[in-house]
Amino acid sequence: MSTGWNAASAPDTATVPALPRNLGLRQYLICLRGICVREGLRFIHQRERFVSSLVRPLMWLFIFAAGFRQVLGVSIIPPYRTYVLYEVYITPGLCGMILLFGGMQSSLSMVYDREMGNMRTLLVSPFPRWFLLVSKLLAGVTVSVLQVYVFLAIAWFWGVKAPPLGYLMVLPALFLSGMMLCALGLLLSSLIKQLENFSGIMNFVIFPMYFASPALYPLWRIQEASPLLYKICLLNPFTYAVELIRFAFYGQVEWLSLGIVAGLTALFLGAAILAYSPTRGLVNRKQDTGGNG
Amino acid sequence: MRGLAGPAMRGGMPWEEGAGQLHHVPPGGEVPASVAALEVAAVSHFYGRSQALDSVSFTLAPATFTVLLGLNGAGKTTLFSLISHLYDTRAGSIRVFGHDIARASSEALRRLGIVFQARTLDLDLSVRQNLVYHASLHGMSSREARERIAAMLEAVGMSDRLNDKARSLSGGQMRRIEIARALLHRPQLILLDEATVGLDVKSRADILANIRNMVARSGISVLWATHLIDEVSEGDHVLVLHKGRLVADGMVSELVRETGAGAIGEAFARLTGLDAPSETGARP
Repeated sequence: MSTGWNAASAPDTATVPALPRNLGLRQYLICLRGICVREGLRFIHQRERFVSSLVRPLMWLFIFAAGFRQVLGVSIIPPYRTYVLYEVYITPGLCGMILLFGGMQSSLSMVYDREMGNMRTLLVSPFPRWFLLVSKLLAGVTVSVLQVYVFLAIAWFWGVKAPPLGYLMVLPALFLSGMMLCALGLLLSSLIKQLENFSGIMNFVIFPMYFASPALYPLWRIQEASPLLYKICLLNPFTYAVELIRFAFYGQVEWLSLGIVAGLTALFLGAAILAYSPTRGLVNRKQDTGGNG
Repeated sequence: MRGLAGPAMRGGMPWEEGAGQLHHVPPGGEVPASVAALEVAAVSHFYGRSQALDSVSFTLAPATFTVLLGLNGAGKTTLFSLISHLYDTRAGSIRVFGHDIARASSEALRRLGIVFQARTLDLDLSVRQNLVYHASLHGMSSREARERIAAMLEAVGMSDRLNDKARSLSGGQMRRIEIARALLHRPQLILLDEATVGLDVKSRADILANIRNMVARSGISVLWATHLIDEVSEGDHVLVLHKGRLVADGMVSELVRETGAGAIGEAFARLTGLDAPSETGARP
């Protein structure tokens, strides 16, 4: 084992070629790939995170749906042309659930990175900060979408099947919905001061968003039960993500949902970039310096 | 002679003719040989109403080792956060090899390598994965990254730990990897914020000696922040930061002479009003 430094191998600025003078498209792609690979590696190394991300929706599918199949009747509503099993109805919502938890998980990892100092290595990169944050977002969404497809594969073996082309058609919807939820997570991460505060996110963001949506029951059912709750559901961004995914499975575009999800993605992302900007930055807080000097 | 910091000293570049003029280099432009490695001009910073830095000005010559000396809470980390553009410079200006950190941050950051006080390696990743990630954050191709990683690990004597998890490294080894990482993209200026905190005496001496060696050999400029007097050598350029103000800027011998002290430890104690200089490892 070598233990000593080797001064002869020290960088020699006189002899080594400098980095490209401008950061071109190639460098941007290298940076994006690096951030995606790192996010993927972190996910692989945290196996329990991967397992729990699948166990949660699978429990809903295998246990909850089986129990409620006889209790909850789902009438024929678009995009369905026939009566469908309750398992089929909740599958888009469970895909959304994976994206929702993935988005919040990425928010958690941002807070963790900030506390551990890893965030600083990202933010001192010469690439524009908006690009670094968008890359981080894309990396998080890619991981979440992969989890959705693993879930869909297991669901397929369980007999819950979408039209074959639907698995391809749903990809853009999953990606856009994932972007919106990850951007929301990114924004929330700029507001969370400590890792311990993440449980608040679970109680005040994830669960209300999930339950006040058509993920588990159609909106018309909610409207019958509680007009107020129905209005709340209509104000919930997750509602539109679920509907976008549901229609995409059947090769249809739900335009209102598409517009709202796209618009909110831009809004949340813009706000997150602003929050992490050094000029206006919420990152500009003493506790983030990580030093005592 | 830079001596004790005062209005007359600010913005001066004693190693060149016409000191006092701040050079500006357009983004992407060639850097003239005479341009300072780092120019900090009248920089102030507030956390709410609390002032962390008060009109700090100094310049660093290329290929020099400079010690930023200050007690805990003096403002060293805040200053580093401003130089590395983690914080926006709201008052004053900072230039890295002539590139304004606010207006040409990309050009400035490309020339900057940083070792933060807190450990910033991803513990779940291997040494190689950590370094590859950093290389990608600077747009380095896979091939170039591979070559540079091999060279830098060789330089810090850690080649055999390439595939080990960062978690398995000792504190001193992590620091060496972080230094290798900071040098990976061939920066011209390295900032090290309390790089030896938490390390044993041997590891501290090892890192410090090798950083000095690197400056001498490669022409990289180094700004070394510390609160430990025994990390200052006779021939060093020293900046003393105290309660957010730069109270001294000069060579060790100049500071000692100006303060009428017997040694740098005593000079530091006088400049900062320390009663017990030994608390910082001072040699009165």
